[in-house]
Amino acid sequence: MYQYDRYDQQMVDARVAEFRDQVRRRLDGKLTEDQFKPLRLMNGLYLQLHAYMLRVAVPYGTLNSTQMHMLGTIADKYDRGYGHFTTRQNIQYNWIKLEDAPDILAELSTVEMHAIQTSGNCIRNISADHFAGAAADEVADPRPYAELMRQWSSFHPEFSYLPRKFKIAVIASETDRAAMRLHDIGIRIHKNDAGELGAAFYVGGGMGRTPMISHLVREWVPLDRLITYAEACLRVYNRYGRRDNKYKARIKILLHEIGAEDYAAQVDAEYQQLLDQGVEPPFAELQRIRTFFADPPFVEGLSDGVDQSDPAFAAWVQQNTHLHRVHGYTSATISLKPVGGIPGDATAAQIHLMADLAKEFSFDECRVTHAQNIVLPHVEQRRLYELWQRLDTAGLATANLDNIGDIIACPGLDYCSLANARAIPLAQKISQRFSDNGKDAVIGELKLKISGCINACGHHHAGHIGVLGVDRKGRENYQLLLGGSEGADTSLGKITGPGFDEDGVVDAIEKTTEVYLAQRQDGERFLDTYRRIGMEPFKEALYG
Amino acid sequence: MKILTGSDLKSGAVVWWDGSSWSLHVEDACDVGEDAASIAAREEAERRVVVPYAIEATTDAQGRVRPAHIKDRIRALGPTVRADLTLRPADPEAGTWVI
Ligand code: HEM
Ligand code: SF4
Repeated sequence: MYQYDRYDQQMVDARVAEFRDQVRRRLDGKLTEDQFKPLRLMNGLYLQLHAYMLRVAVPYGTLNSTQMHMLGTIADKYDRGYGHFTTRQNIQYNWIKLEDAPDILAELSTVEMHAIQTSGNCIRNISADHFAGAAADEVADPRPYAELMRQWSSFHPEFSYLPRKFKIAVIASETDRAAMRLHDIGIRIHKNDAGELGAAFYVGGGMGRTPMISHLVREWVPLDRLITYAEACLRVYNRYGRRDNKYKARIKILLHEIGAEDYAAQVDAEYQQLLDQGVEPPFAELQRIRTFFADPPFVEGLSDGVDQSDPAFAAWVQQNTHLHRVHGYTSATISLKPVGGIPGDATAAQIHLMADLAKEFSFDECRVTHAQNIVLPHVEQRRLYELWQRLDTAGLATANLDNIGDIIACPGLDYCSLANARAIPLAQKISQRFSDNGKDAVIGELKLKISGCINACGHHHAGHIGVLGVDRKGRENYQLLLGGSEGADTSLGKITGPGFDEDGVVDAIEKTTEVYLAQRQDGERFLDTYRRIGMEPFKEALYG
Repeated sequence: MKILTGSDLKSGAVVWWDGSSWSLHVEDACDVGEDAASIAAREEAERRVVVPYAIEATTDAQGRVRPAHIKDRIRALGPTVRADLTLRPADPEAGTWVI
């Protein structure tokens, strides 16, 4: 894992001291809320429905056990005993006191963490494949590139006041596990015929009120030109992005308005200019960063295979583990979606336990996934049963990864001041409904995603089934979307028709799955069946 | 009736104007009539509250103040999915009026 050097630590420490002073001045009355708000937001501190909310950055979703323990400690000491892992691989605390915020940031800085770039119109915390460095299908570990971009983007003066927030994801495999095509910039590291690595740049994706899938802007950027090209992409956006209208300010709108080709041409021109200016960091820096992501000391010569005679364990192995690139290892996903639970929430005790397990079973590492779960990336298969027993005892062994119970849900109206409707109770009802009759296992892969408003923090556009909370004359109402996906085959869901109330939408989802079960052909997932038969049969069942 | 709400500057806790100070309990909220803006301005300047705003409210059969909009009812109670974190965690009836 990356470790801070002196500069990183100084930057973070200086920021903590600065924020401590800003909070003091706010409490002393030297700053008004109007003056203070942008300052607190730059440090991840929002004011939400019940209290201040602190969003802590988890760069590319990777944590060591010391950092994970710190997240648990903060939950206990400064919050109400839990935290919420988010779709951007971060964690949010819902009950923070302004007075405590500087102390929390100071504690975080002792484990090389912070809340910088978790808000505001800057380049936000960079996300990555949660199986980075472990997945059998990757061509490289994407995290050194994400880390290089983190260093480049942190406090970058030119990109601290962009027209709007800017989100970057980096992957290095064919399978997209990071919703890469739905980011402002998605970077896919890939190999050419000569075996060299390069980066494909996809620009202009995003969700929110105007969902769009990104365009491939350049197929091949040499890795020693990564920053130069990214800088060119940002510069063109910074120059032409709409600052007059918040809803048209994202880069996706710029590409939509001028066209991807025109945008790419402008980026190219800018890139040529920048090449002469030498903005690229020395390649040695990338090499230095890479050494931090070297393989952990894997035991060599282990064979594959797990005794699955315990059926509950077998179900979990089949559902929640992922093929590792080293024989004898696997990546295990800890579902934070117990039946009837709150998606993404973990108690301090659970966070501490997961930190311990990361240390004992996974070379001191864990990951936050964009689906709001936790991954132990490098687990020896021969120790998997022992791990599962420990998880099971703590209620953390739900075997539902990527199934209908593995719901992504934003905080919604239970916590978020922008919400139109609650998302969490819906997730709870759905996971209960489908586990009660054992249907979840029968249905198989079905990604269900719920947002409490059009901002789409819960990725509803990208759900095989998506649910969007709307306000209908002061009452909560839910629109249903079908056919979204955020994998390599990214697509945007389409609205079925008129919305439903809370119970109605749970029934509607059940009807939708019944259409699928009746129509599915061999081996088809819900999404495949939907793509084959289209919207009509579902509409017929829902409204006919 | 019109009531005034906001968040406590230091703790961020949801608070309601009771006529002389800020209460954690919506039941204490008083009708501010036309005075919302002036109370809000004064209290904000004194740093006792942050982001104050006036909302419509009614009273129920027992005379308890209830905000008109669901968002403020949830603010008054706490998250509907965590009864243990509301102001009256032991009272199973505490949230029945919210939704
Ligand atoms: C509760 C406090 C939150 C606030 C105030 C908030 C606010 C917003 C807003 C305003 C947008 C729309 C941006 C735009 O379209 O330009 C947005 C998008 C988004 N947020 Fe949040 N959000 C919150 C919580 C979360 C949480 C908990 C998650 C993760 C579960 C999250 C993840 C995202 C994602 C993935 C997007 C979509 C980005 C895109 O448009 O491409 N947010 N958020
Ligand atoms: S989608 Fe809307 S309701 Fe949900 S967290 Fe984002 S802003 Fe809040």
